[in-house]
Amino acid sequence: MQKDFVSGLQPDAAKSVPGPPWVVKAQIHAGGRGKGGGVRLVKTVKELEDAARDILSHPLVTHQTGPSGQKVRQLLIEEGLAIDREFYLGIVVDRKLECPAMLFSQAGGMEIEEVSAQHPELVLIENIDITQGFMPYQARNFFYALDPLPDRGVLTELSAIMSKLYELFIAKDCSLVEINPLILTKSGMLVALDAKINFDDNALYRQSDIVQLHDANEMDELEARASEYKLNYIRLDGNVGAMVNGAGLAMAIMDVIKLAGAEPANFLDVGGGASEEMVTNGLKIILSDKRVKAILINIFGGIMRCDVLARGVVKAAKEVKIHVPLIVRLEGTNVNEGRAILKESDLDFSVAQDMEEAARMVAEQVR
Amino acid sequence: MSILVDENTKVVVQGITGREGTFHTQQMKVYGTAIVAGVTPGKGGATVEGIPVLNRVKDAVDGYGANASCIFVPPAFASDATLESAEAGIKVIVCITEGIPTLDMIKTVRFLKKCGAVLIGPNTPGIISPGKTKVGIMPGYVHKPGGIGVISRSGTLTYEVVDQLTKAGFGQSTCIGLGGDPIVGTSFIDHLRWFGQDPETTGVVIIGEIGGTAEEEAADYIAREFNKPVVAFIAGQTAPPGRRMGHAGAIISGGKGKAQDKIKALESHGIEVVLNLGQLGKTALQVFKNS
Repeated sequence: MQKDFVSGLQPDAAKSVPGPPWVVKAQIHAGGRGKGGGVRLVKTVKELEDAARDILSHPLVTHQTGPSGQKVRQLLIEEGLAIDREFYLGIVVDRKLECPAMLFSQAGGMEIEEVSAQHPELVLIENIDITQGFMPYQARNFFYALDPLPDRGVLTELSAIMSKLYELFIAKDCSLVEINPLILTKSGMLVALDAKINFDDNALYRQSDIVQLHDANEMDELEARASEYKLNYIRLDGNVGAMVNGAGLAMAIMDVIKLAGAEPANFLDVGGGASEEMVTNGLKIILSDKRVKAILINIFGGIMRCDVLARGVVKAAKEVKIHVPLIVRLEGTNVNEGRAILKESDLDFSVAQDMEEAARMVAEQVR
Repeated sequence: MSILVDENTKVVVQGITGREGTFHTQQMKVYGTAIVAGVTPGKGGATVEGIPVLNRVKDAVDGYGANASCIFVPPAFASDATLESAEAGIKVIVCITEGIPTLDMIKTVRFLKKCGAVLIGPNTPGIISPGKTKVGIMPGYVHKPGGIGVISRSGTLTYEVVDQLTKAGFGQSTCIGLGGDPIVGTSFIDHLRWFGQDPETTGVVIIGEIGGTAEEEAADYIAREFNKPVVAFIAGQTAPPGRRMGHAGAIISGGKGKAQDKIKALESHGIEVVLNLGQLGKTALQVFKNS
């Protein structure tokens, strides 16, 4: 099939692609684009231009982008094909069974989560033994559940696609690969109309070609900066900035903030054994988020000592002005030294005795 | 009593000459852990904190009676180190390393099950039986010997919970960090089974988080077979879907792994779930005091 990637508005873009009809697709790193209006079928050049202009003019909001949506920088223009059947084909890691699992469905084109919730019988699953790989019998298990059974030629090709997809999954350390829909055209051709691949972050050290595909434009600006500092930072929609050591504790603190009636502005884990520098950088990131109206720092000193945290906070305050109320709750190793360092600094902050009090105090500030 | 590790545990530290390995070896020693040897290939003959460094795990088993290992080697070599331990006959392997590729761990876990070795982690703070031994990186002093078993998918969050338990007057029999990765060596159910058989464990706290369905499976098991009181906490009620919340395994994907679903599963089986972490100590007091 012929297709063309274009950046921005280019009137001649469709000339090299057979058609009409054409399909215009927004290229962002998120699913659910069709429902969000990011995929359009067009029948004339004029329609194509209008669709392209419209998609590029505003952020695309899908259930995976968050409410503020994602800016569309690139479009894909494809030949419109006459579809006979739509399949779903994907591979994920089954955490419970501790193996890769291939999913196949004749209800392609829809979100697989929805199909599996409403018609679980339509989602076929084959668990793959990692020492054997994907076996031919597993492809047959899929095929003979199809109604009607496709032609032998189509099955041979499907089987090859499945094996290759599994090879890709293993070779590139994927955590998800999916083709949805994988269509069978009226002329008997199998075409991958859309695909998505997620990679295992932990394996990127041995996947240098994948690292090169990284597109900072697809990331939130603050998240991109945080990742340069090697901080676990995720931007959320509230206005309470939070800095915590440890991922589980950071999630728990977000929850406590919410239970106190406020909304967290971010997830930030400076690490179980964070350094002074990481604390300083973390605080700088939170402070550059304009929506943040108050900050809660919760540290349980285990490996990380409270005096290290305190020095990091004081240092950050010297480099960037802290312009919002700051509430600090310290517990654990060297807690008294930590509290003393904060007290002796000229920093304006409040100390909370426990996390419930901390959450209450911070929620009052943003009310 | 305790499960898996106690005063008879003899630890070999893999990656003992690295920065983390050396620091935590010293910390474990201070706590009273019997560390019999360290392993760093190529550095055999050296000593760290007075502990002999060997080239192979098998030498630590044969020559020093090591029966547990604690792994601090970098992610790219951690699977190899884990398999070496299992092959040498070590039965409790604690892998602290964070950042091991998922596919490596799928293969490793499969092999370990064949060897009958128990893998704690990876990406875990480790395991501690307070007053007896700690094999890991948790701050020992927040713990106190006692009757509560703690099973957690987290690190710092566990220290917070243990601190609250200790302050509420409840010591711990054994505290285990399952590990924050999608594929880990043991599940809540494995430890619940062992705690169930341990006469001195009187109750269990389980600390879950978003991602996967391990808590739902634990809820089913508790309802079916577990007779001791349980208090649960699930982190991530406000976590957005599709984002990895620090831990590689803490991600809501394909509509699965939401905190709300886990809380519902636990509560539907009559298990006490603490929604506000600040109240865990108080809830534990109510639940465990009456038993």
